[in-house]
Amino acid sequence: MTQLKHPQILLASNLKDGEVVFLGHNGWERDFRQARIAKSQEEAQTLETIGKADFSANIIVDVYLTDVEITEDGAPRPLHYREKMRIKGPSVRLDLGKQARGAPDELE
Amino acid sequence: MSLNNTNTLSRINSPKTTYQYDEFDKDFIRERVAEFREQVRRRLEGSLTEEEFRPFRLMNGLYLQLHAYMLRVAIPYGTLTSQQMRRLAEIADRWDKGYGHFTTRQNLQYNWPRLIDTPDILEALAEVDMHAIQTSGNCIRNVTADHFAGVAADEIEDPRPTAEFLRQWSSAHPEFSFLPRKFKIAITGATHDRAATLAHDIGLRLVKNASGEIGYCVIIGGGLGRSPFIGKIIREFVPRSALLAYLEAIMRVYNRYGRRDNKYKARIKILVHEKGIETIRAAVEKEFAAMDHTAFQQDPQEFERVAASFTPPPYEILPSESSKLAKARVETPAFNDFVSVNVSEHKIAGYAIVTVSLKPINGIPGDATSHQMCVLADACDRFGFGELRVSHEQNIILPHVKKDDLFALWQTLDAADLATANAGLVSDIISCPGLDYCSLATARSIPIAQAISQRFSDMARQRRIGKLGIKISGCINACGHHHIGAIGVLGLEKKGQESYQITLGGDPGFSASIGEILGPGVSADQVPEVIEHLVDFYLAERHETEAFIDTWRRLGHARFKDVLRREGEDGADI
Repeated sequence: MTQLKHPQILLASNLKDGEVVFLGHNGWERDFRQARIAKSQEEAQTLETIGKADFSANIIVDVYLTDVEITEDGAPRPLHYREKMRIKGPSVRLDLGKQARGAPDELE
Repeated sequence: MSLNNTNTLSRINSPKTTYQYDEFDKDFIRERVAEFREQVRRRLEGSLTEEEFRPFRLMNGLYLQLHAYMLRVAIPYGTLTSQQMRRLAEIADRWDKGYGHFTTRQNLQYNWPRLIDTPDILEALAEVDMHAIQTSGNCIRNVTADHFAGVAADEIEDPRPTAEFLRQWSSAHPEFSFLPRKFKIAITGATHDRAATLAHDIGLRLVKNASGEIGYCVIIGGGLGRSPFIGKIIREFVPRSALLAYLEAIMRVYNRYGRRDNKYKARIKILVHEKGIETIRAAVEKEFAAMDHTAFQQDPQEFERVAASFTPPPYEILPSESSKLAKARVETPAFNDFVSVNVSEHKIAGYAIVTVSLKPINGIPGDATSHQMCVLADACDRFGFGELRVSHEQNIILPHVKKDDLFALWQTLDAADLATANAGLVSDIISCPGLDYCSLATARSIPIAQAISQRFSDMARQRRIGKLGIKISGCINACGHHHIGAIGVLGLEKKGQESYQITLGGDPGFSASIGEILGPGVSADQVPEVIEHLVDFYLAERHETEAFIDTWRRLGHARFKDVLRREGEDGADI
């Protein structure tokens, strides 16, 4: 197992509605806290393989891995400010996007 | 999914002051909606891959952004009827999140549509003669125009009939649907350039020649983005009858010689820059001389038919001054400020042009809620012959308001938070959506605009400063026109952080210029402070009513750079 410099998660956009989704243990999740975290190159490759398959199956688009850190509660937090924006929603409209929602829900 | 059972179609006071689709136009739009509905169905069932589908969705103005899809709706030459504005509000409520964003190309963007709803949205638009075609892709985009077209006191001729001709010529033009890159045209008929014609791939100015004939001064090769250029005149005068043929010749030369090997060098501005205007002019003139003009010869009757769509509304004969207006200005200081700043001279006595600012202090530039859109639609039905304009400065214009009605209009606007008296002032900031929405952005731009407007929230101070254009882009693509802002702000990524480069000396008008970089990038927190120092220096140095750009030109860039250097030495953290 080759350790990654930073853990990674796989994110994408849902084909039907464009919302940002994260590959979890039971499929694609709308809440980043449910994201499956890869700590080695092999685990990251596994995530990518699933992502490519689901892209080909027309479930998601614009799929890629991003570096994260793991917070005290075990949740991943993106390192780059672009992905920090994507897990929340617009910083100028806190009433919109994921940040405006309560409980995480499943991708249809 | 029709919305026609709503009150959208009511236009209380609606003379034909704008182009009305004929059956050919309507059929074309309906067919495109049906075609896209089928493409979406095939995409969702999996018979079209994303690679195959992407060009189709882009041809219909549908992007995939940071949080969701984004639909860009075309507003040809920035002209809207009240009926269309009401429909935009209905779509925002039904399929989006209750608001829309007016852009620097006079369009409207919805930030949250679902792919599965987009065919219904396009159908709802088609019912009011609107669409999203050619708002994306490597084609001729929505033609933009002076937002005071047809009413400006400084106008030679209304540019909208020409813009409508160009819309018809460029829509689904088979030869120009796959250009090397996108292509933008702007037109003005006035002696002041409110359409930034020198910053477009083609800029057109209506002019009169020595014999009094009206024609076009044609400019090419302007553009912003990562390589900004001011356009160059390719021909001083093209007669009206030859305009389409001449533009066709330009497009053919660009289509033939424009670079397709590198998207960053594919715009016509690069071709003009690399080959030189003389070489391009010779190639265009050669093509123009050799081509068969028959198909492009303008039929004067057809021009008259189109021009008749833009007939002035039935203005009343009124005195040029309004005692009602004068009284209200004395009695209500806030209204007086609004009139001083947001009301412009109209070519007809007793009427005025009103700019409705979409830039409240701490607001998001260009955003309007569905309620505000409905207020604007109702207001223009009541006070403005049912017509609105969108400016490239991301504001809304009521082009025909009786001076006697200005106070009642202001009260209506004020109740909807639409009466900010800052048109053209330091807080009337152009800003792209930036990294809050856009997948191309490298930094946020809206929070910078909000922080600057907060810093200058004292409206009396803004009026003392006077006209000053601040323009902010969240990436090098320059949708926020930062290159032509008197003060420009460009958001970039530097070592994993958002960083902002400030430029000075940009000018969007006939004396257009590209701004010069002030110095190293600064953090988001520092931008308002830096701008305040620059403005304070300008106020101390200006001659009487001299504009910021003129003071900068007189004193030179180095003097402004020195201001910041001195502040830094004094301990300020900039």
